[in-house]
Amino acid sequence: MDLTDAKRIVVLGGGQAAAQAIQSLRMGGYDGELTLVGAEAALPYQRPPLSKAYMKGEFAEERLYFKPAAWYEDNNVDLVLSTRATAINRADRTVEIEHGGKLDYDALIIATGSRPRNLPIEGANLEHVYALRDLADVERIRPQMVAGRSIVIVGAGYIGLEAAAVAQQMGLKATVLEMAPRVLARVTSPVMSEFYENEHRRQGVDIRTETSLSKLEGTEDGAVSKAVLSDGTILDADIVLVGIGILPNEELAKDAGISCNNGILVDRDARTSDPRVFAAGDCASRPLVHFGRSGRLESVHNAIEQGKLAAAAILGKSRPVEDCPWFWSDQYDLKLQIAGLSEGYDQIVVRGNPEDRKFAAFYLKNGTLIAVDAINSPPEFLASKKLIMSGAKISADILADTSISMKEIAAKASAA
Amino acid sequence: MAKITYIDHDGTERVVEAQNGETVMEAAIKNSIPGIDADCGGACACATCHVYVDAAFMDKVGEQEEMEKSMLDFAENVQENSRLSCQITVSDALDGLKVTTPESQH
Repeated sequence: MDLTDAKRIVVLGGGQAAAQAIQSLRMGGYDGELTLVGAEAALPYQRPPLSKAYMKGEFAEERLYFKPAAWYEDNNVDLVLSTRATAINRADRTVEIEHGGKLDYDALIIATGSRPRNLPIEGANLEHVYALRDLADVERIRPQMVAGRSIVIVGAGYIGLEAAAVAQQMGLKATVLEMAPRVLARVTSPVMSEFYENEHRRQGVDIRTETSLSKLEGTEDGAVSKAVLSDGTILDADIVLVGIGILPNEELAKDAGISCNNGILVDRDARTSDPRVFAAGDCASRPLVHFGRSGRLESVHNAIEQGKLAAAAILGKSRPVEDCPWFWSDQYDLKLQIAGLSEGYDQIVVRGNPEDRKFAAFYLKNGTLIAVDAINSPPEFLASKKLIMSGAKISADILADTSISMKEIAAKASAA
Repeated sequence: MAKITYIDHDGTERVVEAQNGETVMEAAIKNSIPGIDADCGGACACATCHVYVDAAFMDKVGEQEEMEKSMLDFAENVQENSRLSCQITVSDALDGLKVTTPESQH
């Protein structure tokens, strides 16, 4: 559907994908009405620092904002904050919002993100039991992050481990509980899991795998005080942080009859089953063109890219490049950079030595590189991004050979 | 505070008042300077805030750390005065700084 005559565009959400979409629309020459409806009070902001530097209190809230307030005025973007959309009426092309009110749209971008999974256990509603998703969460958690206190973190994904690193560095006593036999089990290989387990233990974090939380006990004033584990152990718990994954905020779309399946289904242009409606970021399930399947990606790269894709499709511009998916995680002085998606690999090649805290794990499938986890190793990460996109065959021996630079390896593979 | 001039690859100049403590990348993003993407928001993870630093300021913008060096090694069209602007912190000493943005960050 040609939407180049769209005069009213509504964007739902205030995260990375929403911010990118409005920026790309304005930079792309769109001069019609543009409204952003965000559930949170803050100006659209970046989330990655919430579990890293921002949690430590290393910088002010303003530095999280994508754009200062003046930018929205200068660019004639109508910000409707502290307000949720409550329904999409596709027949008359309106969005209903909280506190009354309806917005008309010619094109709609749903970038409502995701929400933390709840912990379905006794005591989960006690005080000082938190999820870590938005600014308000950090504002609640940070005053409790006092040296000497005990924090129990449920879930050893990236959020849980990043928070554990921050807590440990702030002088708290951190315990991480993980149901699976290893940390990061859902997202990476045993090589990386072992590396991070060793690192966190060396830093003093108590990592307990194959262990879940049975219940939480509180004090008389309703604050959490003890965590009872699946093996019967009882731990002191002044703070409990739950990081057991997220769920896509797809309900608005689903209730409006738009196709969803663990995410709002979109095509390569970020367009949903309704040609006037787009979805971008955590809430969308998209074609992963370099990997021959569809899925949700929970990442900054994905949010930016889909924001750009949706804007380009609405403006009738050619489709921006669909780049190799990439991610990063900061823990202690370790920078992990990930390119590609390792799911389905049949071979792992380690380049360098994990003990040097500088190495990379390459994932191959049928002799082709599909992903890399690079620790303090930007060349391995950046070269792999290109190699993964090219789909070139590459030998395990060459990847493992640190006497050959990644530049040479990339050059060889593209010449082959 | 420092006045920073961003020059795009066409030669268009844009002058920004940057605050001490923020980075040259942040000052650019806040002011919608084209040519700097900064996808990772300043985590030194993406190499999309590459700039060329004016020769007169090369000794004032600070040393590159190892991470930045190896990130830049893989950027397109790297020159001796290439830096990642998220790794340059604004101070009074940078008043008058000029940086040029490359044609593309990817």
